[in-house]
Amino acid sequence: MIPAADQVQMYRQMLLIRRLEERVAEMYGDGKIGGFTHLYIGQEAVAVGGISSLNHDDYVISTYRDHGHFLARGGDPKKFMAELFGRSTGVCRGKGGSMHLADADHYFFGGTGIVGASLPIAAGLGLACRYRDDDRIVMCFFGDGATNQGVFHEALNFAKLWNLPVIFVCENNFYGIGTVVSYSSALTEVHKKAAGYGMPGYKINGMDVLEVRRTCEEVVRMVRGGAGPALIEARCYRYQGHSMTDPGRYRARAEEDLWRKRDPIPRLAKGLLAAGYATEARLAEIEREIEALTEEAVRFADASPEPDLSALYDDVFVERYPSDPHA
Amino acid sequence: MRELRYYEAVGEALAEEMRRDERVFQMGEDIGLFGGTFRTTEGHMAEFGSRRVRDTPIAEAGIVGLAIGAAFAGLRPVPELMTMNFAIVAMDQIVNHAAKMHYMFGGQIHLPITIRAPGGGGTQKGAQHSHSIESWFVNTPGIRVVIPSTPYDVKGLLKTSIRSDDVVLFIEHEMLYAKKGPVPEEEYLIPFGVADIKRAGRDVTIIAWSKMVYEALRAAEILAEEGIEAEVLDPRTLDPMDWEAVLSSVARTRRCVVAEEGWRKVGVGAEIAAHVQEHLFFELDAPVQRVAAADVPTPYSKQLEQAALPHAEDIVRAVLKIAT
Repeated sequence: MIPAADQVQMYRQMLLIRRLEERVAEMYGDGKIGGFTHLYIGQEAVAVGGISSLNHDDYVISTYRDHGHFLARGGDPKKFMAELFGRSTGVCRGKGGSMHLADADHYFFGGTGIVGASLPIAAGLGLACRYRDDDRIVMCFFGDGATNQGVFHEALNFAKLWNLPVIFVCENNFYGIGTVVSYSSALTEVHKKAAGYGMPGYKINGMDVLEVRRTCEEVVRMVRGGAGPALIEARCYRYQGHSMTDPGRYRARAEEDLWRKRDPIPRLAKGLLAAGYATEARLAEIEREIEALTEEAVRFADASPEPDLSALYDDVFVERYPSDPHA
Repeated sequence: MRELRYYEAVGEALAEEMRRDERVFQMGEDIGLFGGTFRTTEGHMAEFGSRRVRDTPIAEAGIVGLAIGAAFAGLRPVPELMTMNFAIVAMDQIVNHAAKMHYMFGGQIHLPITIRAPGGGGTQKGAQHSHSIESWFVNTPGIRVVIPSTPYDVKGLLKTSIRSDDVVLFIEHEMLYAKKGPVPEEEYLIPFGVADIKRAGRDVTIIAWSKMVYEALRAAEILAEEGIEAEVLDPRTLDPMDWEAVLSSVARTRRCVVAEEGWRKVGVGAEIAAHVQEHLFFELDAPVQRVAAADVPTPYSKQLEQAALPHAEDIVRAVLKIAT
């Protein structure tokens, strides 16, 4: 049973991600955001259901589609938008951008532009938990495409071999850019890949935040208790193209419409109303609060300065030497 | 002073740093029960246990990836890649992740990782097991490249590497492990970015590192018989680079030869030659010369391999070319 307050909070977080992402798309169109930008719209239930089942000091790591995980982890929307704008007030001081968000204060370690590369890093975070024998665990998000990379298999092997407290969460949205999973994966049932490493694999509906949360709570309990790693396949759908430059012409309209009908946000809203956990008025109030937060984030980013040119050479290294690059 | 072999100096540095700091741990292929393919970690598992001396699967990208994650969480990993050749398997984790994450995350996280790996050719291991690819990493911003030649240097620099808060690629040399040299009993550290003059001379500066230091010293002996006094300068760390020492030596001798075991094309020698001419064009009596490996995959045949690798004789020829 997930408490009413938690459910309302999850609704709020999903809506925050959705509205911020909509503004990101708009700002990208206006030329305020550059580079690659991969929207999380449609997949919000996975980040929110998964991350809300963790303790505040558990480790979270993501992929290039990292906006949802950053925000679900409690990342500041202002610093988020400012980072996408490439401003000095961004969470990575304008050095990272959309694909490389990290937030050490919230134990969120990125954000990487290389598919699958965060999996062994997640195992390393898990190794640190075991090394110190602390109570922490790791949640690692990635897409279906990552499961065909070599490091996916290396990471799962390491994690099981050393009994590391890592939950591998595959957001299976069925497409690696424009290639459908059946065209790229010998085994399209991603959760079954867990069996190859002797760990439990779960298949869940990633469009239902309560199902994600329930499964994750159970898996978190097991993993924290020392049961070793697990793989969760959350089936979901990204409504937009792979990135802002992808119109997504490889998908049938009927398929998109079908998945939009499963949208996790109205689904939870309906549940909240039916259970009496929230009123229409409360949901409308949340919508207004989020609209204000979103507006504030955009205003903050827009008003923030570009990084000073002197920042170019900051943070290449921690310790500096005369031969290091400098102005 | 007592003498240690190069591999023993490596092992001693690792053990001392592990005793000193509980956050330091090692991981790599065959480093534990087996004691290390080059004996550098001999006895470590017995002293520190399998928690801190971790035998890994053969999965180099994974090894470096795990080190990154452990460093994020505040540990100080010392992963060993069995040889530099396998660093190529882990390139994405080393170059695209370890070297960049401090910068691209705006300085939020530190990556105190020392990646150890022996490189070099000369024992007929063929094209895929004879690499001296330090230039690839010197070309990459965000990673220190340490490449010591003597037991004394290897110990002092390894200790400094492990205490550094940056990513360090620590390149040992397969053919140097058996070399003996003085290593004091008492603790010492060697700072990064401080070159060492291995032999003083007034006529020409030979810049060489790792195994090429010995070739350069042998060349200097031969040249001395000809009445040419060569200075042998070992930068010891290629990033940071002690440009001050390089420029001050070359400004004195007015001639410079760079000798490296890596390929000539876009090698570290090319960078040093460019830097020297940018700063000392009018002080130089002759163009900077480069001695390096032939730009071919290292062949297996002993005769061909020796022809591909640079030797003291090649250095002598390069010096004589500019000495008159």
